[in-house]
Amino acid sequence: MNQWGAAFLWILDPAHLGGPSGILARLGEHVWYTLITLVIAVLIALPIGLAIGHTGKGRTVAVQVSGGLRSLPTLGVVTLLGLWFGIGLGAPLAAMVALALPPILAGAYSGVDAVERNTIDAARAVGMTGWQVLGKVELPLALPLIIGGIRSACLQVIATWTVAAILPLGGLGRFLYDALPLRDYPQMLAGSILVIALALVADGVFALVQKVVVPRGVLAGRVSEVRVKTARPHAAVSAEAGRP
Amino acid sequence: MMKRKRETSMSIKKRGLIAAGILAVGALALSACSSGNPLDSNDSGSGSGSGSNGAVIVGSAAFPENEIIAQIYTQALQANGVKTSIKPNIGQRDAYLAALKDGSIDLVPEYSGNLLQYYDKDATASSSDDVYAGLSDALPKGFEVLDQSKAEDKDSYNVTQAFSQKYNVKSLADLKTVSEPLKVGANPEFAQRPYGIPGLKSVYGVTATLLPISDSGGPNTVKALVDGQVQLADIYTTTPAIKQNNFVTLADPEHLIVAQNVVPLINKKKASERVTQVLNTVQAALTTNDLIEMNIKSSGDAKESAEQIAKEWLASKNLFD
Repeated sequence: MNQWGAAFLWILDPAHLGGPSGILARLGEHVWYTLITLVIAVLIALPIGLAIGHTGKGRTVAVQVSGGLRSLPTLGVVTLLGLWFGIGLGAPLAAMVALALPPILAGAYSGVDAVERNTIDAARAVGMTGWQVLGKVELPLALPLIIGGIRSACLQVIATWTVAAILPLGGLGRFLYDALPLRDYPQMLAGSILVIALALVADGVFALVQKVVVPRGVLAGRVSEVRVKTARPHAAVSAEAGRP
Repeated sequence: MMKRKRETSMSIKKRGLIAAGILAVGALALSACSSGNPLDSNDSGSGSGSGSNGAVIVGSAAFPENEIIAQIYTQALQANGVKTSIKPNIGQRDAYLAALKDGSIDLVPEYSGNLLQYYDKDATASSSDDVYAGLSDALPKGFEVLDQSKAEDKDSYNVTQAFSQKYNVKSLADLKTVSEPLKVGANPEFAQRPYGIPGLKSVYGVTATLLPISDSGGPNTVKALVDGQVQLADIYTTTPAIKQNNFVTLADPEHLIVAQNVVPLINKKKASERVTQVLNTVQAALTTNDLIEMNIKSSGDAKESAEQIAKEWLASKNLFD
């Protein structure tokens, strides 16, 4: 009880707000790190995921590789890459990108994969090329799942950048690493609260985006059961979700 | 239905109780054992007689270097006809000092500064001799430290050889003449600790900034110093990386960093003339460099056992004929 009070007082203390190691600066750094991580991860994972979903090839490899990436212990990867790259943003950035790839990849290929076969056949029947099918049909229809993947990656990345402050970096993790050896628990708790708050806000933003990007046509005729009847394999997410 | 459910939960509870009972009995038996330990009481002669009279039991903290020193003490005493056994890897200071107090060990290798501050929180002594002198007052009754060794395991400021030559820096006092801005790679608490950034300023008049690396002078700190991202790095004096990278450990003429000489902390009852003489001979021969070499053997590719490393050290020093 007391600790919580002290933590919130710590956050509200104007002395902790400004300056190069204040809350605003750390928050800004954390958001910046998260953004570049997501941009890099999207640039890598989205094309691969779309290709897999569109062609139906390489799915097994993608599942296995992204499963492997998921199991890497981030703290260990940060330390190890730090020894290769030296101190700086490179090592933790690489570790965080590795962490963000699997959900984005999974969102992309399962999103495209889940597009109704009939819809694609219809698109081809009216004379669309493969690229047009991907760009005008599959991508818009898959967008909610793709954004969902990025959303999930974003949460993990925000949470895990905290850990990377084991190396000399900014970000909200600084509050935890700096306070722990001094047993300054209010500051540690304050740091944790800020990370949680940032994660919640980011998640809220993505939830909104996810709603906005659903194509109008899909919204108009949305009957989710229709998908279940198709013979095509579905994304693990949508298949699992319906079960009790 | 309800009833049956309750019965099941009752039987689970009962089983839990029985398990707890068994555990409790076991714990009692164990604690009975330990209180019946002949080595545990103040006068070892009155015990059940197991454990030969006057045998010295050497304990150690739970890290390799301390275990190696404990092995050296043990083997040196054994080689000189003193009955000795070893209980390595007891834990942190709280744990092994408690073991010393309750008599389950008689002797443990310690580090003078930390030992003094454990018993005297307000101690301000920082040079080797002051700390050693302070220890004799601070130690609890019935215990004493034998001679302190030159070997020390403490925080230290290190620079690369190139930096040392470029600015002719061999001591913290020389840093004032360095023209480039100074960054120190160390744990985050270094920003506040008296031996850290504030002490550097107040004792040596040197302004430096901290690059916080939370690995206690480990590989990332070493890498930062090698890469030139920091000019100074806080590394424990017995870390092999200092030698392996030819780092220069800066002298500390004003004793900014509290001394941590290796000292044998012993139960006075076991500190016979023979034991004292043997241990002090070992103490006189042990150096910080020896500790580094032994840590290399322990942590490197060889991964030799503490017992083997101690044996090799004793053989190389040839202290006892």
